[in-house]
Amino acid sequence: MDKSQGRTSTAAGEAALPPVVTKSGHRALDQSEPLIFEQGVPGRIGVDVAPAPKVASKLGAFARKGEVGLPCLSEPQVVRHFTRLSQKNYGIDSGLFPLGSCTMKHNPRLNEKMARLPGFADIHPLQPVKTVQGALELIDRLAHWLKTLTGMPAVAMSPAAGAHGELCGMVAIWSAIAAKGESATRKRVLVPESAHGTNPATAALLGYQVDPIPATADGRVDLAAFEKKLGPDVAAIMLTNPNTCGLFERDIRKIADLIHKAGGYFYCDGANYNAIAGRVRPADLGVDAMHINLHKTFSTPHGGGGPGSGPVVLSEALAAYAPLPYVVHGKDGFRLVETKEGAAQPFGRLKAFNGQMGMFVRAMAYMLSHGADGIRQASEDAVLNANYVQARLKDVMTPAFGGTCMHEALFDDRFLEGTGVSTLDFAKAMIDEGYHPMTMYFPLVVHGAMLVEPTESESRESLDTFIDTLRHLAAETKKPGAADFFHAAPRLAPRRRLDETRAARAPVLRWKPPATKQAAE
Amino acid sequence: MRYLPHTDADRRQMLAAIGAKSIDELFADVPAHAVLKGPVAGLSNTMTELEVEREMGAMAAKNRPAGSMASFVGCGAYRHHVPASVDYIIQRGEFLTSYTPYQPEIAQGTLQYLFEFQTQVALLTGMEVANASMYDAATACVEAVMMANRVTRRGRAVLSGALHPHYRETVETHGRFSGFAVDAMAPSPDGLKGLAEKIDANTSCVVVQYPNVFGRLEDFSALAAACQKAGALLICAVPEIVSMGAVTPPGAMGADIVVGEGQSIGNGLNFGGPYVGLFAAKEKYVRQMPGRLCGETVDAEGRRGWVLTLSTREQHIRREKATSNICTNSGLCALAFTVHLSLLGERGLTELAALNHAHAVQLCEKLAKVKGVTVLTDAFFNEFAIRLPKDAAGVVDALVDKGVLAGVPGGRLWPGNADMANVLIVAATETNTPADMEKFAAALAEVL
Repeated sequence: MDKSQGRTSTAAGEAALPPVVTKSGHRALDQSEPLIFEQGVPGRIGVDVAPAPKVASKLGAFARKGEVGLPCLSEPQVVRHFTRLSQKNYGIDSGLFPLGSCTMKHNPRLNEKMARLPGFADIHPLQPVKTVQGALELIDRLAHWLKTLTGMPAVAMSPAAGAHGELCGMVAIWSAIAAKGESATRKRVLVPESAHGTNPATAALLGYQVDPIPATADGRVDLAAFEKKLGPDVAAIMLTNPNTCGLFERDIRKIADLIHKAGGYFYCDGANYNAIAGRVRPADLGVDAMHINLHKTFSTPHGGGGPGSGPVVLSEALAAYAPLPYVVHGKDGFRLVETKEGAAQPFGRLKAFNGQMGMFVRAMAYMLSHGADGIRQASEDAVLNANYVQARLKDVMTPAFGGTCMHEALFDDRFLEGTGVSTLDFAKAMIDEGYHPMTMYFPLVVHGAMLVEPTESESRESLDTFIDTLRHLAAETKKPGAADFFHAAPRLAPRRRLDETRAARAPVLRWKPPATKQAAE
Repeated sequence: MRYLPHTDADRRQMLAAIGAKSIDELFADVPAHAVLKGPVAGLSNTMTELEVEREMGAMAAKNRPAGSMASFVGCGAYRHHVPASVDYIIQRGEFLTSYTPYQPEIAQGTLQYLFEFQTQVALLTGMEVANASMYDAATACVEAVMMANRVTRRGRAVLSGALHPHYRETVETHGRFSGFAVDAMAPSPDGLKGLAEKIDANTSCVVVQYPNVFGRLEDFSALAAACQKAGALLICAVPEIVSMGAVTPPGAMGADIVVGEGQSIGNGLNFGGPYVGLFAAKEKYVRQMPGRLCGETVDAEGRRGWVLTLSTREQHIRREKATSNICTNSGLCALAFTVHLSLLGERGLTELAALNHAHAVQLCEKLAKVKGVTVLTDAFFNEFAIRLPKDAAGVVDALVDKGVLAGVPGGRLWPGNADMANVLIVAATETNTPADMEKFAAALAEVL
C-alpha cells in the first residue's frame, strides 16, 4: 500500500505552526496565474513575422483605425501562462474520470500523431478531389467500419458532435415523413424522461411537440405507457440504449416494432454505444437512425468540451435522406457528392465542408488498433468494470436499481439520508481525494443520482483504490460533524466551491481594461 | 491489447466478485436474436502501433498536402503558419483529456482560457460579448439566424449574395425543417445589392459577410441602420478572422451579431474540420445566445475564479425550451486559437495581417497582368476574385498538375450557375513565397 495513504497536510511536530500564507500567491505547483490581458508590455511579440513588402494598400476605407486591445507577450511567457493553467485541470491522463454518460476513456497518443500527418492535416477542404483521394478513402473506410459494426446500410458522416448527429438523424426522419406526405399530421416525438437534454432540444428545433414517457420502477421505458401514447400523429421515439440509467432496454425490439407499426421511426441516441459495440448490432434492434459519438465510443479526445464528431447510421428506410456532402466510390476512384444527384434525396448541408476529418483520422486509428476483436473486448471490459464497482459498493451506497448494469453504475442518494450530506457534497469530497466526480443529478428520474462510468481503461488496482475511497467517504458521511466536513469540500483543489449565483446575477463574460471599468461604474 | 489493462485472471476474479459466471451474464438483457457470438465479421483484428501507422500512412500518402504545392485556396479555410508551441500546449493531457468544465474547482485551466477566448473574440469583432465557441462558421451562422428569430419574434432571414454558399446552404437546410423563411440573393461580388429592399415586417435579420466570399470588403453600416429602423438584426459573418488585424471590425459598423470562422488562428486545414465557430453579440441579447458562456466569480475563500454561467439557456437544464441543442462545442480548437492569438498579441496580429494583405496585393497585381484575367474585387484583405476567359474548374485542374492549387472555382461553390463558372477565388497568406506567386502567374498564362 502507498505510504501516503491517510496523509494530513501537517507533518509531525508542526501542529503549532500557523497556516502557510505565501507572498507570491502561488502554492507550490499550484501557481496563481493572472489573465493574459493582465500581462505583457506593448511591443513584445511571441511570433516573429516577416516584414511586409511595401504595396499600394487595397484596404480602401476599411483600414483599421484603432487598436484591437490585445496584450503583447513573448513566447516563453505565453508557454508558461498556459502551462500553469493546464495544471489547474483534471484530465483522464491525471486519474480515473468516472463521468457517467461522457465516456472518459484513454485517448491514445498514436491517434494524435496520425491526425498530424501532413497528408491529413494539411489538405484544404476545397482542393480538387483528385488531390485528396486518400482522405476520401479514409472517410469511406471509417464509414464501412461504422456500418459493419452497427449492421446499418448507410451512414451520414458530416455531423460535428452528438447533438448535431441527433439533428441529422431527426432531419432524415423529418424528410422521410415529408416524402410520405405526413408532415402535417406527425407532430409528436416521444422522449423518455431519462433522456439527455439534447434529445428534447433537438426535437423542439424541428418543431416537434415533445411528449415524455415515464420510466418503470426498474429503470426502463414503461412499455404500457409508451403503447398508449402511440398514434398516427407520432413521428418518432428518441431512445437511448443502453439507457441513461446504465441499463439495457429489454423490450427494445418490441418498442421498435410498435413504433414502426404506428408509422413512426426509431431514433436511438448512441451516446452509450460503447457498452455494446462489437457485441450487439443496432440494426438487429430495429433502429432507424443512431448517432455515434466518436469522442465517446471511439476515443477522440474531449478536449475540455470538444471538438466532437457524430456520424449517424441510417436504416434502409432513411438511407436516401442524408445530408450533403457524401463520398461515393466509382471506377475513377472516390468522389465527393456536393449537390443532389441520382435517386438520393439529400436534405442539404448541416455545416461547411466535409465533416470532422481530424476526428475521423483519430477514430480510424483507434478502430484499427483495437480491431473487431478489441472493440468487442473493450465493450465487455467497460461493462465488467461498471459491474465490479457496483458490486463492491452496493453495501455502502445505494444502487438505484436491482440487478447488474451495463457500462455505468447508477446510485441514488438513499445512503445519504439523514446525514445532511447531499449528492453534490459527496461528489465534491471526491475532488479532495484526487478523483473527478461522477455525473450528478442525471438522469433526472433518480433522486440525487450519481452515475459512475469507469470505462474499460481502468485497471483492477485503479478500480480497487477508487472503490476503497468511496467506501471510506460513505462511512465518513455517517460520523458526527460529517455535514460540515462535506459541505466544505473541496478544500485541496486550486479553488474552493465557486459562487455560481453571483456569476449568473451580474454576468462578467469578458475582461475589460481597468479604464473602461472605471468609466462604466 | 495495449489499451486494455485486464489480464484473463483479472477478468475471472472480477466476475467472481460480481457473482457472475461469465461476461455473457452481464449482457443477459440483450434479446437473444441480437447477441453476436464472436467479433463482428468482415473487419480486421487488433493491430500493433506500427501496423496502424503503416495503414494510416498509406492513406495519407495518397493526398497531396497544400504545403507540397503553391497553394492559394481559401473560401472559409486558410493555410496559415501555426507556431510549434500552440500544438504543444493543446496536446498537454490536462487540456486534451479533460471534459467540459462542469466541476469548476478542478477545471480552472479550461475556464480561464475560455474567458480569455471570449474576450479575444469580442475585441477582434468589436462586439460586447462572445460565447465559448460553436462547431464552425456555418453552424454559428444558423444559430445567429435562429437567435434573431427569437429576439425579434419574426421568421424570415435575408441572405447576401456574397455569403459563403456553404453558410447559405446550412441556413437554408435549417430553415426548411425549423420553419423559417430564407430569402437568398443571387451570387454577386456586390454583396449588399438588393438587401435593404428585401427587409419587411417579418424580417428577423439580414446576413452579410465581411470580407465577403469574393474577398470584397463592404461597408454595411447603412444597411445596419436600415435593419435597426425596421426592427431586424444585422448579422455579419467573418470567414477569415486574421483580417480583423487590418480592417475596421464589424461591431464598428453596427452589427448586432457577428459570427466567424476561427480556423485561421491556431488551427490547421484538416480537410474542413474540426474548426472553431465564433459567436459574438451585443450584450443586451446575451440571454438569447446559444452555446456555453464562461463567467467570472469568486470561490468560498473570495478568490477570483471562473464558472460556466447562464446555463438556464442550455439544453441540459432547459431541455425542449433551450436556445440551442448544442452541447459539445470546439473547446480544444478554441484553446489553439487563444494560444496562437496570445503569441501574436497586438503587434503580431497587426504585422501578420499586413503581411497577408501585402501578399494578396502582389498576387493580384501579377494575375491581373495575365492575358484574359479580369479582377472582380476592388477593396480586399487577403482574398479576391478574378474572371477567366474559360471555365475555372478546368483551369484549376490543369494547374494542379503544374504544382499550383490555384483557388476555388465558381463551379465548385455554385454548381450549375453559368455566370459563376469562370470565376476563380484566390487567397494569399504569409505562407506564400514570391516564387509561389510567380509560379502561379506563369502557369495560369500557360493554360489560358
